[in-house]
Amino acid sequence: MSRGTAAAGESAPGASVILPAVAITRDDVLHVARLARLSLTDDEAATMEGQLSTILGHVDALSGLDLAAVEPTTHALGEPDVTRPDEARPSWPREAVLENAPAAQDGAFRVPAT
Amino acid sequence: MTLDTRGLTAERCIQLLDGREISCRELVSAYLDRIAREDGPIHAFLRTRRESALAEADALDRDGRSGLAGVPIALKDILCTRGEETTAGSRILAGHLPIYDAGCVTRVKEAGLIALGKTNMDEFAMGSSTENSAFGVTHNPWAPDRVPGGSSGGSSAAVAAGFAPLALGTDTGGSIRQPAALCGVVGMKPTYGAVSRYGLIAFASSLDQVGPFALTVRDCALLLSAIAAHDRCDTTSVEMPEPVRVPDAETLAGVRIGVPWALLEQGVEAGVRASFEESLARAEGLGAAISEVALANAEHALPAYYLIAPAEASANLARFDGVRYGLRVEEPGDSVADMYGRTRAAGFGDEVKRRIMLGTYALSAGYYDAYYGMAQRVRTMIRRDFDSAFAEVDLIATPTSPTVAFGIGERIDDPWAMYASDVLTVPANLAGLPGISIPSGLADGLPVGFQLIGPAFAENRILEAAHALEQAIGFDPVPPALRVTA
Amino acid sequence: MSPEARWEPVIGLEIHVQLSTESKMFCRCANRFGDEPNTLTCPVCLGHPGALPTVNEGAVERAIQIGLALNSEIAESCLFHRKNYFYPDSPKAYQISQYDEPICSGGHLDVDGARIGITRAHLEEDAAKLVHAGGAGGRIAGSDYSLVDFNRCGTPLVEIVTEPDLRSPEQAVAFLSLLRNTLQTIGVSDCDMEKGSFRCDANVSVRPAGSDRLGTKTELKNMNSFKFLGDGMAAEIVRQVEILDSGGDVRQETLHYDPATRELHARRSKEEADDYRYFPEPDLVPLAPPRQMVDRLARELPELPAARIARFRADHGLSAQDATDLNASPRVAAYFEEVARESGDAKAAADWVRNQPAAVGLIPAAGLAALIRLIATGTITSTIARQDLYPQLERDPSADPGELVEQQGLAAIGDADELGQMVDQVIAQNPAFVEQFRGGKDGVINALVGQVMKQTRGRADARRVQELLRERLTV
Repeated sequence: MSRGTAAAGESAPGASVILPAVAITRDDVLHVARLARLSLTDDEAATMEGQLSTILGHVDALSGLDLAAVEPTTHALGEPDVTRPDEARPSWPREAVLENAPAAQDGAFRVPAT
Repeated sequence: MTLDTRGLTAERCIQLLDGREISCRELVSAYLDRIAREDGPIHAFLRTRRESALAEADALDRDGRSGLAGVPIALKDILCTRGEETTAGSRILAGHLPIYDAGCVTRVKEAGLIALGKTNMDEFAMGSSTENSAFGVTHNPWAPDRVPGGSSGGSSAAVAAGFAPLALGTDTGGSIRQPAALCGVVGMKPTYGAVSRYGLIAFASSLDQVGPFALTVRDCALLLSAIAAHDRCDTTSVEMPEPVRVPDAETLAGVRIGVPWALLEQGVEAGVRASFEESLARAEGLGAAISEVALANAEHALPAYYLIAPAEASANLARFDGVRYGLRVEEPGDSVADMYGRTRAAGFGDEVKRRIMLGTYALSAGYYDAYYGMAQRVRTMIRRDFDSAFAEVDLIATPTSPTVAFGIGERIDDPWAMYASDVLTVPANLAGLPGISIPSGLADGLPVGFQLIGPAFAENRILEAAHALEQAIGFDPVPPALRVTA
Repeated sequence: MSPEARWEPVIGLEIHVQLSTESKMFCRCANRFGDEPNTLTCPVCLGHPGALPTVNEGAVERAIQIGLALNSEIAESCLFHRKNYFYPDSPKAYQISQYDEPICSGGHLDVDGARIGITRAHLEEDAAKLVHAGGAGGRIAGSDYSLVDFNRCGTPLVEIVTEPDLRSPEQAVAFLSLLRNTLQTIGVSDCDMEKGSFRCDANVSVRPAGSDRLGTKTELKNMNSFKFLGDGMAAEIVRQVEILDSGGDVRQETLHYDPATRELHARRSKEEADDYRYFPEPDLVPLAPPRQMVDRLARELPELPAARIARFRADHGLSAQDATDLNASPRVAAYFEEVARESGDAKAAADWVRNQPAAVGLIPAAGLAALIRLIATGTITSTIARQDLYPQLERDPSADPGELVEQQGLAAIGDADELGQMVDQVIAQNPAFVEQFRGGKDGVINALVGQVMKQTRGRADARRVQELLRERLTV
């Protein structure tokens, strides 16, 4: 994936992290679209290129921050270690489960070949 | 003579029901009839459930009721209602019938609240105007050419227009508070974890929260106390340390309010600023001590939010693939990957696609540390800022939205301009803190919202202060535009 | 120099173990095999909009038990991560797994004197079952499709990753056998390869003998028996050696084993680029197993096969091979110990259990032990035991060997007179052999012993018979 002219720096203790300069290319867009299983038309891909570049440019505002020593927040609040006892309860009836299925056969969900 | 539901509070409804001045059926009918007559141009509701609602009302009339039972409520279409269509504002879920009820919907049913229908919203809660709905735009009851805000625009408009005294919405970056501000009603985002997210169709899991819309702070508290509960189906939910109380404070004596003035430099309109300062002065008049707080990193909240939320959303929305439910688009000879691509291209709107792309990019190999990883560190800094501030003050006050309701179509082609609507609400989501928006006044004839943010689980503190201020402000929540009709 | 001497195989294994819990990893659907398709599902394991995972405490305990059995470090706090990829067997299009903060880190398992390192063990959920149907191969319009059954989806798994410390397919299979035995002993899984509760992929590479750098590895999948695993790894090593010997490079790829043809085939990958975009699972708070729980599980850990093998050697004086064989499974080991204890003769018990594996679970330990004691006291000969009494026990396991001996007159002929009479009889009946023996053909004595044994129908002790014959004939 191309990353424009600025190099993505390593974060050394105390040093600021330099974000990639945002030159998102058509190839980047197509690669990400493939990862996300979104089929984009050429027009959509072109628009996306421009819009994502702009948004990422704003987001680039974070690049001047010195945060190497800061722990990331993975969870806002909440107690750690919440588990439930290992007990089973009845499952949903198959008719209810398959009712939403776009295609069902022999009690299973049918999909095109992989 | 039908009951005039405009400006009718839930508390008043309860009074009428308790005093048997009106039956549940009459109450529910009054709301449903108004919706039928007036929601055409506003389009707050995606669909109503007249028969079911009346049946529930009849049952209460027959078997007896107490408390909130019999009071109508509108539900944002992002909350799963078993056997009843739930779309999250998206074509990809058109016609989808959930096989279970959301945790908060179960609480609503247990309280005897009567759901009138599901309200319009920005698709998958992504938006600040409800213009991203796949099923049409909602119009602000205060001015038909203006947005109601988003993403819970439908719920907010429903309460403002007298279509329901109570509504549930969801808030990930301001999606309850901002529409509440733009529609002149009360909206609250509880502390993260206070209300179950089970059955809330996920946008950003670490930020989403269900919350109440109402005409008054007391009503808001009533609804919040009905839905706030630990749910074992949601391991991020917690029991509130103290139950939510209906407030009755009349002064703000002893309350220290901090204002992050630097944050207000980010594009707050003159009219909004004026209204905010006026309400602040009222607060002072009620005995509050106003001071300045520094939320040094709050200016980075918006960029951090627009990395974290899309990243989580990109994973949360990956399940919409046409295999087990929802839309499927398939051509003969397609592989399953082809089917995924077509289904998702046809089913998702532009804003959703944009955020999925942004989020996927932010998580992708080589970019995680610089984008998602960085944003999570900013999040820690923002939480620390709030912790420091709350060591000095009890509450933080800001305008809720930098502007009043903008025009429909005005910002839809400029994503970042749209995102800017959230600059004052997003910090509380990142820190998991509770916040409320109450009407502050008008600017150019359109409502302005006043936001109060508190420490984690300080809902009661917030509600008391908001109630006292609300009484002093004396805002009339019925839009003049609606007074014209009978 | 032969290829085997020039090249050294380097093997690492990735094992997926389905845990024997009551409910699934992240929902309370029953964890069961063999039900009608899609009858063990709910909004959570189907990935419905708005559904949320909840962590199964029983799965966490079993993961800790596995870590303890493998001498791993149990994390004080660990995280679940989302592993994002699209495939019909993955309803959320991400698997909840663990990434850089697994519940167990490090560890080892000693196999035949070699210490095999364990990199990590972590918790994750299993995928659904995908069955391909329709037209044969290709993608003819409308005729090629798959059916998805979500019963298995969400079953708790522990993934165990070894260091690349294995040096041969045989060693790898021995490791897997011990690992499976260990997991069965601690009771976390039935480890049934046919049912899919014990699955193994192998990472195989080859390097010049004596080198310490790692060669390019390939990943081998779809070997669902120890035989296929051994064959698959061996075939891959041969293939890589051939490539390297001819100066080529091994390409990093995933190979699927076809049990029908016994061949490995490259498969086009499911994900073009394996960018799983791991990030911490926001729906699950960090997992911090309380120290008391870990300590309790450590205390409650039963004797592990590796330890038991060592103990059998020390306490019962068994050879390494015998001790290992008797630890093929927890059942065999327990049976042996009971027989040894009741009979008082560990060596004899070892012989019998090893040679008659069918006895395990069939003949009560007390019965076999009684048989052994009858031999030891000379009440019966080992011939009678093997040829007559034991088969009777197999047919009627509840029989009492002592009673059978009495009822059927199977006791060894201990009386010197009775035996002497039979010896005299045989001498009288076989003048030719006697002649030959007296003439110097010592080996002929065996034929005479054989005759006596036939007459006594195995009830005489062969050595004693030979003694008596020699006495009578050298007169």
